[in-house]
Amino acid sequence: MEIKQTALAGTLESSDIQIMLSKGTDGIKITLDSAVEKQFGDQIRDLITKTLQALDITAANVKAVDKGALDCVIKARTIAAAQRALGTTDQPAWEVF
Amino acid sequence: MAENSERLRRTMMFVPGNNPAMVKDAGIYGADSIMFDLEDAVSLAEKDAARVLVYEALQTQDYEGAELVVRVNGIDTPFYHDDVRAMVKAGIDVIRLPKVESAQMIKDLVKDVAAAETEFGREAGSTHVMAAIESAKGVLNAPAIAAASDRMIGVALSAEDYTTDMKTHRYPDGAELEFARNMVLHAARAAGIAAFDTVFTNMDDTEGFYRETRYIHQLGFDGKSLVNPRQIKMVNSVYEPTAKEIANARNVINAIAEAKLKGSGVISMNGQMVDRPVVLRAQRVMRLAKASHLVDEEGNDIEE
Repeated sequence: MEIKQTALAGTLESSDIQIMLSKGTDGIKITLDSAVEKQFGDQIRDLITKTLQALDITAANVKAVDKGALDCVIKARTIAAAQRALGTTDQPAWEVF
Repeated sequence: MAENSERLRRTMMFVPGNNPAMVKDAGIYGADSIMFDLEDAVSLAEKDAARVLVYEALQTQDYEGAELVVRVNGIDTPFYHDDVRAMVKAGIDVIRLPKVESAQMIKDLVKDVAAAETEFGREAGSTHVMAAIESAKGVLNAPAIAAASDRMIGVALSAEDYTTDMKTHRYPDGAELEFARNMVLHAARAAGIAAFDTVFTNMDDTEGFYRETRYIHQLGFDGKSLVNPRQIKMVNSVYEPTAKEIANARNVINAIAEAKLKGSGVISMNGQMVDRPVVLRAQRVMRLAKASHLVDEEGNDIEE
């Protein structure tokens, strides 16, 4: 699936993560800003990548600003940002939920 | 239904559906029911994000046995259908429909819920529903709404919209809500489901909150909708039975056990026959006492 527009989901409030997705040409590239980068950076990147792949997104630039989000929040914000970027918010991707 | 009508529902705490901090922590305050809000607490631009956030949280978070409720967007909004489908797929206990004005609206909801259960392979009938009554029309149709489906677990009065519809606003003494409260409560009792009172939003008026809670407890409401976790303890303290009530209830329970042992169909206490209403009340007092940690599972006093 191809990203149609740059899209954002999530906030900079505590326990949230803000995910910005834009068009990419060279696989999934993630820039992560997180206070727990050292301990959980790889895990967060992995979860974002897996969620995007489940949505058939193979190329995207991701900018993620983490404020201590749990996995369920990271997954939810990634799905929301991706569906906005794909222009498919009115057809929830149930199989990825 | 039996399990439903006996469940304690003293507190239903509202949780804004797009706030991860509040969604993840909702289980720690000890609310009997947690209501994730996809409607008024979520801006139009964030409806999609809130829906998926609540869905994912429901998959992983432990809400400590609380009854889980989601307020979906109204039937006339473009978000309603996907809200219902997502929450049924998530396995939510109860879907709360806002602005219910007729039994038909509940029947339509139940149809959509049943279709979603089939679509996502959930057990048929496992998703319950409840109605928020927010208008004069809704209040007048409350009896039919409460009895509209055997999936119904409760009706809730929502006073902000209702008082606006009635061309008034909320007053400290609540006189403007008297008719609506009694209608909603009677509709619930006649249908054998729960009745929830409206929220009390002025967090600075502790005395007013207690006054209102004591009043709706006296009327017979199961409990109250809440916007702040601080109010949970306050409501529970109003619903907490007194030592005398517990002692009396325990005597009734013992009399039942004694009658069972003797194989007698008639329960007597101090030489007097115990009527069924007395038995039911005693059982409810013991449930409340257990929930308030005043007695243990066997009904014995817990020492302070």
